[in-house]
This record gives sequence, C-alpha cells and structure tokens, in this order.
Amino acid sequence: MKKLNLLTPSKDKLYTYLYTGIFLFFISILDVFLNSFFNINLTSFLPRSISFILPLLLGLIGLHLIRIEYSGIKNLDLINKNINTNTFNAFLSLIIIFVIIKSLPPFLSWFIIDANIAGDSKDACTGSGACWTYIKIWFNRFMYGMYPNEEQWRINLSFISLGFLGTLGFFATEKYKKYLTLYYVIIYPIIALLFIYFFISGGPIFFDFSYGIIAAVISIIIGFFIPSKFKMYYFIIVPITIYILLKYVFFYEELIELGKLEALEWVETGAWGGLSLTFIVSFFCLIFCFPIGLFLSLGRRSDFPIIKYISIGMIEFWRGVPLITVLFMSSVMFPMFLPEDMFIDKLVRVIIAISLFEAAYVAEVIRGGLQALPRGQYDAAKSLGMGYWKMHIFVILPQALKLVIPGIANTFLALVKDTPLIFVVGLLEIVGMLNLAKTNPEWLGFAMEGYVFASILFFIICYAMSKYSYNLEQKYKTER
Amino acid sequence: MNIKKILPQLLTLLAVILVFGFFTYNAQVNMENRGIAFGYGFLSQESSFDVQFSLIEYDGSHSYFRAYLVGLLNTILVSVIGIIFATIIGVVVGIARLSNNYLIERTAAVYVEFFRNIPLLLQIFFWYFAALRALPLPQDTEPMLGVFYLTIKGFFVPAFIWNNLDVFIYSVIAALITIFFVKYYARKKQENEGKQTPVLLISIGLLIILPLLSFLIGGASFTIQVPVLDQLSQNSYTYKGGLGLPPELIALALALSLYTATFIAECVRAGVQGVGKGQKEAAASIGLTPNQVLKLVVMPQALRIIIPPTTNQYLNLTKNSSLAAAIAYPDLVLVFAGTALMQTGRAIEIVSITMLTYLSLSITISIFMNWYNKKIAIKEK
Repeated sequence: MKKLNLLTPSKDKLYTYLYTGIFLFFISILDVFLNSFFNINLTSFLPRSISFILPLLLGLIGLHLIRIEYSGIKNLDLINKNINTNTFNAFLSLIIIFVIIKSLPPFLSWFIIDANIAGDSKDACTGSGACWTYIKIWFNRFMYGMYPNEEQWRINLSFISLGFLGTLGFFATEKYKKYLTLYYVIIYPIIALLFIYFFISGGPIFFDFSYGIIAAVISIIIGFFIPSKFKMYYFIIVPITIYILLKYVFFYEELIELGKLEALEWVETGAWGGLSLTFIVSFFCLIFCFPIGLFLSLGRRSDFPIIKYISIGMIEFWRGVPLITVLFMSSVMFPMFLPEDMFIDKLVRVIIAISLFEAAYVAEVIRGGLQALPRGQYDAAKSLGMGYWKMHIFVILPQALKLVIPGIANTFLALVKDTPLIFVVGLLEIVGMLNLAKTNPEWLGFAMEGYVFASILFFIICYAMSKYSYNLEQKYKTER
Repeated sequence: MNIKKILPQLLTLLAVILVFGFFTYNAQVNMENRGIAFGYGFLSQESSFDVQFSLIEYDGSHSYFRAYLVGLLNTILVSVIGIIFATIIGVVVGIARLSNNYLIERTAAVYVEFFRNIPLLLQIFFWYFAALRALPLPQDTEPMLGVFYLTIKGFFVPAFIWNNLDVFIYSVIAALITIFFVKYYARKKQENEGKQTPVLLISIGLLIILPLLSFLIGGASFTIQVPVLDQLSQNSYTYKGGLGLPPELIALALALSLYTATFIAECVRAGVQGVGKGQKEAAASIGLTPNQVLKLVVMPQALRIIIPPTTNQYLNLTKNSSLAAAIAYPDLVLVFAGTALMQTGRAIEIVSITMLTYLSLSITISIFMNWYNKKIAIKEK
C-alpha cells in the first residue's frame, strides 16, 4: 500500500482527498458567508491577520486536494476543468466567490430589504436603503416628461398601435410577403410620422392626421386592383396625392373653420420628454439614418468623382466630430443659416442632426459589407445585363447587408445610447428628466435611485436589441 | 464622355452648391441684421471669464485664444488619462474573457455586457452626482497611504516640485533615442551573425542610469509637497499644496475608461481569437517554448487585428470626452463652445473652430492608421 501523500492527491485514495477537500472548501465558504451575512466571525479566536486570510488558505488547500485528473466522477472533472486547473486559477476563483458573497448583503439590503416603496412623499423613506417611492412618484415624469397627465393616453395609444403595426410583418402570409419591404421602408414610417407628429402633437393639425389616415386607407383599398407591375410607383405617389387633395382642395375651407376648434389639445415638442422621447428620437433617427447611410456608402464607391468626393467629405466630416458639437451646431449655428422668418422645430432639428451623424457610421459599416463581396458577384450581375440599380438592389445589397447585420446593430445601439445627449438643446428625455427631478428641493438626495433605475431600463433595452441582432445574424447566416 | 455620366454629377454638384449658397446667403443677412461682422479677430480680445481648472496660467485678463488653449489642454488631459486606464482595464478584461476559468470568464462577460449597454452620459452622471457625492468632506477624510486624500472636493495627491526639470526630460529623451539605436544595432547583429543581444536589460539599464545621472551631475532634483488641510471659513475646508484633481475630472475619466474598456476588451478578445489554431500548433511543432509562441507568433498577428479598432476606440474616447460639458468639467466644448460662445455670440466662428479641432484630430489619426495598416498588412506573394 502506498503512503498517503497529502501534497499530491491521486486517484488511489480518491474519496479521502475528495471529502477532506470538499470539507475544507465548504468551511472556507461558510466562514465568509457567516461573516458577511450575519456578522459572525468563526475564527475570532485567532490573531486578526490570520483570521482574515484563513478562508483563502483553507479554500486553496481544499481545491488543491480535489484537483484529481480523470477521477471518473463527472461533476468533479467539470469543476476541475472550469475553475480549478491550477493553483493560480483556484486563487482567482476563490477571490471572485468571496467578493460576490461579500458584496451581496450590502447590495441586497440597499436594493430590497431596507428599501421603501410605500407612501407618496419623501417622509415615507425611512430605511437606510433605496427610496423607490421617489421613482414611483416621478414615474409619469420619467416616462412622459412634461406631457400633460390627462393626455398621456395619446402617447400610449400611438406606441401600442405602432408596435402592433410593426409586428404585422411576422403575420404576413406568403401572398403578401413581397410587399413587406415596401411596407417597412415607406408605408410604416409614414404612418409613424402621422401618429407621432399629428396625434401626439395634437392641436389643429390633428385634422392632418385624419386626412393622412383617410388617404392611407383609400389608397390601400384601391391598391388591390392595381397591377403589381405599377404597385411600387403607386404606393409612393397616390397616398401623397390623396393627402394633398384632401388637405388643400376638398377640405380647405373646412380646415380653416375647424382649425379654431381644437379637437386635441396642442402639446408643443418642448413638453415632450422622458422615455417616450427617447423612443421617438431613436425611432426616427433609426429610420432616416439607414437610407442616408446606404446612399452615402454607394456614393463613396461610385465611379463618378464628384459624387465620390462629396460622399467621402460628408462621411469623414460627421465621423470626425463629436455628437455634442453637432447638436450645438443644430441649436446655435443652424438658425443662423435659415431665413429669419423660417423656424424649424427643435425636435426636428435634433432628429436631422442625429440622423446625419449616425448615417455616416452606417455608411462605413455598409461599405465594409460591399468591400467584402467578391468581384465575381458584380461581374456576374453585369454579365446578365443588369444596370447599376438593378445590380445593387437584387444582387449586391441583399448579400452585403446580410454580412453587416452586427455592425448595423452596433450603430443602432450607439444611436439609442446617444439620445440622452439631446439635453444640449434643452430637450429632456429620461436622463435629462432625472437631472431635473434630482434638483427638485422636495426630493433632494435621491440621485442614486434615479440613475440605477435609468441604467436598468437602458440595459434592458440595449441588451434586448443586441440579443435580437445576434438572432438575426444567425438566421440570415448563409454559407458562402 | 457621355451625358449619362456627367449629368448626375452636375446635378449633385448643383444641389450642394445651392444648399451651401442658401445657407451662406442667409447667414450673411442674419449677421448683418444683428450687426456682427464675420471674422476671427475676437480671439485676441480679453475673455474676462474664469475657468475652474486649468493646466496653464489663465485668468479673465487673458485672450479668448488662451481660453481655447485651456479647454483643449483639459480635453487632452482627460483623454490621455482615460486612454491609459481604458487600455489597462480593457486588456485585462479581454484576456480574462479568454480564460478557461469559467468564473473569471463570466465575470468579465458580465462587466462588458453591463457597462457597454448603459449610455455613457448616464454613467458620467452616476459617478459624478451619485458615487463621488458619497465621499467624505475634506476635514473627515482618512488619508490613504498617508498622503493621498480622496474627498468630495477632489482627489489630492502629493506634487513634485522640480528644479531643472528640463535636464531630466532631456535625459529621458536621450535614453529613449539610445534604446532605439541599441535595438536597431541588435537586430542588425542578429541578422548578420545570428547572435542575440539582451535588448530588454540594456534598455532598462539605460532608462535608469541616464535619468539618475541627471540627478547626480545635471543638477535636477525635486521635493515632494504633501497636501495639508486648510481652513477656508468656519465650516469649509480644503487641501492646500500638492496636486488637486477636481471631482469632475475623476468622474469623467472613470466613466470614460470603464465604458471604453468594454470595447477594447472585445477588440483584444477578437484579436487573440483571430489567430488561427494552426499557427500556434505550427510554432509549437518547430520547438518554440510557450513563451516564444506567444511573443513571436501569436502576439504579432493578434496585434495586427487589435490595433486598428483599438485606435478607433481611442478616437471615440477623445470625442466622447466632450460630454464633460454635462458635468461642468472645463473642456474644449464647455469653455469655448459654451462660455465663450455665450459671451461673444459668435456662433458660426466658435462652433466651426471647435468642430475643426476635433476633425483635424481624427483625420490626423486616421491618416496615421491608414499608413500603419498598409505597413503591417500581410504581403502576399
């Protein structure tokens, strides 16, 4: 029989090593656990420095003893392979476990146990933990900004309808699948614009909104009888024509009459805010920056020198400056460039500025995809007699865009994360609202709660977006 | 030349000229109405505003150009600090994400996912308004290591008061130049005779000996000035002497480096993973030790993948440092495009100068990057 050598665990005395090791390891974890959760120090009889380092030593010895290669026990091998390959790794693993155990109690007590959510004033917050009452009371402001309380159903209704219309694509049957691109690229943005601009703004132009809806419905009904060859042109031209006819020819007199009545209360864009403004800004910038970026990237690869250099100039200019200066430009410099009687709404200026800025990044991402395609694709398309636009629409872009899904998703994520910057021009989306609420004399001292709340919201939104883009990437991955 | 090629170009050019012409015309009319003449002469006028924190001597009697320099230097300062820390954290986290230790890999992944999915502005606010406000007042602060004071009014560290600083700097530069020549010579020697020279040891020696000589012979010397508590009024204290870093700078540098580090970590991970497994196996099969494999085979190839996107991240960090305006750190945007613009009302000149500054910075770096990419690109036969 071999001598039991404690320093080199082997398979012969597997269970002796295993039980001793696990026992030591658990003692070390238990020590830290009790210390951090119940403030009991098991090893208080020892000198302070030894008592402090003891769990680490015990844990290291324990992990050393259970480090037996090919033990034949599945779970043990799994543990050894993943956290315990050598002493250094065991040390790092132990440190991480200890830090997690140590930091859980203060975190939990701040976040849940000592936190308050009841009540409706600052006095309700008595515990030492977080004051979620603050978030509860200010919730409406964080979501809708200064938008009047009794009108908030308009924002909800718009977002719900847009969300529903946005998911229509998933339910489309084979027959209508070919119209999906048209729907998402042209019709959906127009409906969204109608909703956001006319419905959420309200006021006399609410009638524009109803004309828009009427125009859309009429054109869709007639659209079924149009031969598919002309459908593309039809859906671009007819709704706009009907809209203009309704507005300026048929109902012009009525509009002036009715304009004095206010069907929906007018809410100026300065009062919009909170998370809904974050969504509105990112939604429109997202819709606008993609086509602009696409054209810029095609322009940069164009054979026409003038178009090429203009595109390069645009792209490099926007990519070279920080967004905050672009917003400064849109707020203080841009009004100087317009005729004096011409006024463009602050929100519109911001959306244009962010769209142009992000479009430059989108352009560079798409250019990456275009460059990655082999020349053969271009040659093959040309040899079939396709022109420039046909070649790009049917052959090049579908493949190139597929390649750059992750890059575009990253740009969109950056866009969503950049929206808080609109505080520069005085629009207060959720982060801006937080800063406003923080300075309210009634509610001083709750900055932490507000920022944690907003961080969690943004994390959920951005994480969901990145996971969705990952799914898309997997779905459209084609072997080449 | 056919018409089909020229027409679209002419139309685009015409559109661009029209838009620019429209803008310029309106700008002229507007400025005439307000009675301001376009020009950069105001830069030499007296600025008459003060800046909280500046690296060069500055007060209200200096010119607007001086204020611009103050802002620019502050931007550079926070960017450099941010870049250094972002690189350190990024490389450590990036390597941790490649670890075969499950716990470490997960911890790094959670860090990356968490910090890159929260807007930078929110993080800056968090550090500045929530985290750093929890620090103690100057009079209640316990010193760290005896001389560092982390208080609500900033981070106070001992300062070096130099005599003959230039001699010391020259000696360091001389050491660096000598190291460069030693390296060149060593490579020549290895190519010609196959002998290796201990370059690293020689370099470290040079870096220690030459600056040491500047102390012994050149007359360079320094004294350390420790910050001491100073009473301003009955309840207001601060630290005098030493170097005080304002909380704005700390919050900004912290947020910038933690945020950018997540992207650098991903670059590092992608770079190391991008080196084919066959490369490592081939290197091992010709008898290189694991250290040599890392140093001679993996790292040169990984760096080729890592460096371009990382430079991009440095550029992003520099541009993101303009968010300083949100917490009143006196950077280029706040001092120049904020205060100076408010005072002079010269929107076009000031915004254009600010934009040009950032633009020239990024274009310089991207030209350098293109040159570098061309230099290190694998030359296929």
